Amino acid sequence: MEPAHNSAQGNLLSMQNISKAFAGIPALSSASLDVGHAEVHALIGQNGAGKSTLIKILTGYVSRDSGDVRFDGADFLARSPQDAQAKGISTIYQEINLVPYRSITENICLGRESRRYGLLDWKAMHEEARHLMARFNIDIDVRKPLLSFNTATQQMVAIARAIGFKAKLVIMDEPTSSLDEREVAVLFDVIRQLKQSGISVIFVSHKLDELYQVCDRVTIMRDGRTVKTSAMKSISKIELVASMLGRDISQVSKHATAFGDRKGQIGDVLLQAQGLKAGHKVQDVSLNVRKGEIVGLAGLLGAGRTETVRLIFGADRLHKGSLTLDNKPFAPAEPIDAIMQGIGFSSEDRKLEGIIPDMSVAENMTLALMPQLTKMGIVDEEQQRLIVEKFITRLGVKCSGPQQRIRELSGGNQQKVLLARWLAMNPKLLVLDEPTRGIDVGAKAEIQTIVKELADQGLAVLMISSELEEVIEGSDRVFVLRDGHNVAEFVGKEINEGDVMAAMAHGASEKNGSSEEKRT
Amino acid sequence: MKKTSLLALLSSQGVLIALALLILFGWLRYDNFLGLFNISTVLRYNSMFALVALGMCFVIMTGGIDLSVGSTAALGSVVSALLSPYGMLVGTLGGVAAGLCIGILNGVVIVRLRILPFIATLATMLAANGTALLLAQDQTVSVSYDGTFINLGQGDFYNIPIPALIAVVAYLIGSLVLNFTSTGRTVLAIGGNEDASRLMGLPVNRVKFLVYALSGGLAGLAGVILASQFGAGQPIEGVGWELFAIASVVVGGTLLTGGVGSVGATLAGVMLLGLIFNVLNFENGLGWISLSAYWQSVIRGLFLLAVVILQSRLATKESTA
Amino acid sequence: MSDTTSPKMPVANSFNIGAFITKHATLVALFGLIAFNMAFTNHFLSMQTLNVNLTQVATIVIVGVGMTLVIATGGIDLSVGSMMAISGAIAPLIFLGTAVKISEIHLAVAVGMIVAVVAAGAFGWFNGWLITRFRIQPIIATLVLFIAGRGIAQVSTNGNLQPFKLAQFQWIGLGRWFGIPVQVVIMVALVAIAAWILRRSLFGRQILAIGGNENAARLSGIPVARVKRWVYCISGLCSGIAGLVVIAINSSSDANLVGLGMELDAIAAVAVGGTLLSGGRATVTGTLIGALIIQLVRYTLLANGVNDDVAKLVKAALIVLAVWLQRHGRS
Repeated sequence: MEPAHNSAQGNLLSMQNISKAFAGIPALSSASLDVGHAEVHALIGQNGAGKSTLIKILTGYVSRDSGDVRFDGADFLARSPQDAQAKGISTIYQEINLVPYRSITENICLGRESRRYGLLDWKAMHEEARHLMARFNIDIDVRKPLLSFNTATQQMVAIARAIGFKAKLVIMDEPTSSLDEREVAVLFDVIRQLKQSGISVIFVSHKLDELYQVCDRVTIMRDGRTVKTSAMKSISKIELVASMLGRDISQVSKHATAFGDRKGQIGDVLLQAQGLKAGHKVQDVSLNVRKGEIVGLAGLLGAGRTETVRLIFGADRLHKGSLTLDNKPFAPAEPIDAIMQGIGFSSEDRKLEGIIPDMSVAENMTLALMPQLTKMGIVDEEQQRLIVEKFITRLGVKCSGPQQRIRELSGGNQQKVLLARWLAMNPKLLVLDEPTRGIDVGAKAEIQTIVKELADQGLAVLMISSELEEVIEGSDRVFVLRDGHNVAEFVGKEINEGDVMAAMAHGASEKNGSSEEKRT
Repeated sequence: MKKTSLLALLSSQGVLIALALLILFGWLRYDNFLGLFNISTVLRYNSMFALVALGMCFVIMTGGIDLSVGSTAALGSVVSALLSPYGMLVGTLGGVAAGLCIGILNGVVIVRLRILPFIATLATMLAANGTALLLAQDQTVSVSYDGTFINLGQGDFYNIPIPALIAVVAYLIGSLVLNFTSTGRTVLAIGGNEDASRLMGLPVNRVKFLVYALSGGLAGLAGVILASQFGAGQPIEGVGWELFAIASVVVGGTLLTGGVGSVGATLAGVMLLGLIFNVLNFENGLGWISLSAYWQSVIRGLFLLAVVILQSRLATKESTA
Repeated sequence: MSDTTSPKMPVANSFNIGAFITKHATLVALFGLIAFNMAFTNHFLSMQTLNVNLTQVATIVIVGVGMTLVIATGGIDLSVGSMMAISGAIAPLIFLGTAVKISEIHLAVAVGMIVAVVAAGAFGWFNGWLITRFRIQPIIATLVLFIAGRGIAQVSTNGNLQPFKLAQFQWIGLGRWFGIPVQVVIMVALVAIAAWILRRSLFGRQILAIGGNENAARLSGIPVARVKRWVYCISGLCSGIAGLVVIAINSSSDANLVGLGMELDAIAAVAVGGTLLSGGRATVTGTLIGALIIQLVRYTLLANGVNDDVAKLVKAALIVLAVWLQRHGRS
């Protein structure tokens, strides 16, 4: 399966049986990655698949527990990012890791400046920077600060810096996530040029179409293992998605999955979103949620799922489009507006946007409810205690008591507390962004059951999950997002792995002819 | 976009424009405003602040802050006054060395113990103040008038006050270091993005240490000039200098978050804030209205306010653009 | 690619123990100092000594209460000294009749005090407005008033000393209730109220939530901007009260001197008291203890013949030590 030019001279990079555990929890178990000379190699996988860890081992951020790495014909061990850079491996990060206020020249040359008489030789440095940028057919004033250029140019600068450091392998971590189409085209030209001049690229992206445009081969990771390596030509999008999600394509069924025995009645439309647009990530999304219904939001990373629900919650500004709640116009400017209307939102990032680490379980649980718990500005601690105890029992939160600091709890229990934060205020609509990410299996099943019970009692739920099973088995209806558009909708028995994956991979494809509404 | 560039222009060149306007105003309105005596008085007095602000400028460009400069200057003045009988050189070196010690202490506490610059320099501010008072035995220390020491602060060189000359040389060197050495560029890179700088393999810790040492040394030098100019080492001088220096740096357009800065604009910031006082004096001299000299603080504060709001608007514009 | 959210291991209460020790380290230090003085300092256990030490810390603690709340939100307030000067300048202007004439002296004093404190509170609110409206770092936003505020006080009094001898006003600095200096009573009352607010009220939880995790607080519906403005306003009010106490003690108001350097004393007390400087965890009683420790260290050194200047060095070391311990208590 390997292209001929690779096997001829061996691989540039060969990582074999790499394992790594953090605090006893394996992040990589015997993962492998081979990159040939002058090859553009795609690396894909879901959240937690281990891509980051694998790359961090390569770039010297973390050390491996076991396994072999050979690079450029020798054993390779990077002690630090600088060390990796010196040995010929440079990384272009998604958030551009350069200094925004400094000139292009400085960003390219800092760390290996030209000197004359002990002082910086600006003329030579500008010349070199101009020369490097000219390789990409970019003719710009290299004296201007980095931030005066668009993201694509900034990325070119990062690449130019890598080349300036004589990189043999350039790792690009989701380089296209904030570029528009034209900029992506320029980037791809640059990648092809790199390839022509013998430099290899590891290309991490979630946009499957792009992989086919520039990559030679792809390695797919899941659960810390390398699932598959294949030539790009000989693998279909649906196979890519199936491998990422851990599905065997031959067994992926078109028949509906065992549909959870839902007792509750699905009512009228509660929330209607029409033509939402904000920034790059959300282009045009329309969806609705009914009372007593669990609506799943599926899509690959970067499809705009989180960004969409943040708009509904008022956490980010809406540029275009409209929302109605109970058939009344609804325009939340701040989260508090959405909360007042009975909407709760559990963020995907527990640590940065969920818990207040130094506060107790009780405080964290009643944070959103607090205004209702106070009389004349004083917290009714008795009532607070009753509510907290009720939810600790009901959700089975394992903690030494309501006064324990939440930072000391396990991820699953923290998540339960955050869920209780919203349940306590008796919401109409609960938005859950990756409610079970990074928590153990037991807690996961418990949370899923709780959500189902609540929906039976009439709660509307909008749920994002990167785990296909969770979306498919837990939802009454599924919307699929792709590149900021909602591309498919499946109801009840129409929900099946094959069609949902097809929609994630291709958008509104011929395969889901059965769904009534399609948007492109 | 258009509006952004106007804001950017105001932010980067605003201090020069304001300074030019103020000088023009003074020249048109008052006799002798641009007279030799006035110029030399203003320059002589403000050169101490200019030196302190130069060090502060470097510290702020790394994204840090140095609150200890005022009492470090006071310490420098005491040490140099005590050593002044041994001549100008010994006095000067002693004062600078004392400042350097405080600066090095700052660097160690910030880089090694990894304590916030704000708190670390707050503590050394107290330490420097205590040491100065100890050495001076709670009194001002008279400078020896026998030697050459007082020439440093009071003398002229072809009609140019020597302190001003020192400040100008310091700024030239500072500008050279900032623009033409890798250390200088690293200062700006650290302030712009410390993590990225580490990833780029730049010697972040060493440069951070250096800027605090530099700031201490320059504050010590300012103290030497203080002692020489006023004929005494003054252990309780320097209160509020640090904040005046910060204000000058900010008014000069250096971003407090670090990463952007100009040595020249900082000098302009010092002159601008210093001239406000001078103009007020002249205004009172005209005798039409009597403005209290205390208005200078208010006006300085308003300048700072304007600059800070301007910078914040600029930052919002950039992030949305 | 935010990979591997590795499940957190329960930290087996090790943090609690650390917090326990850190928290009580301040108390232990305080009692240690008291014990030391009882053994070695003559006449330590007297009402006189107690009153001297308490009056010395009263203004620092009063300002420190507001500062603690500000720091709890993750901010800082450099302008407290200037706001003290403003309050100290305004009150005599009113009760001495310089600005407005009010014939009834009790009324004049009452109006003067209220206007002075409210004015300081308004300036504090302005700080909060700058910080929340323009997203300016607190250290810079409050630097504006640090510089301009004293100027405003000086301008409004023309820089003149305002001497007075007015029992109707000076009780706040010189009076006693049941043998306890009034400013000490005010201090204790403010500490108690603020501690109670932090512990029991909605506002207190909102403050701590913002300091603990501003993003999460916003997503939980906490009105971040409003809470911050109020916190800075409270800092202004506390400074205003402290300004009145200082001028009452001095029998005069000197805009050049009132509250000079107070921001540093207050921050030092907060830091030594164990409040996290990054916000999210705060103790007002800790601030009181912190101020007492700093004061007692100084007193102990002075009473035992050590120079006051050496005491400053010790204080500096104390601050660094406290902050360093705090860092290690957490990691």
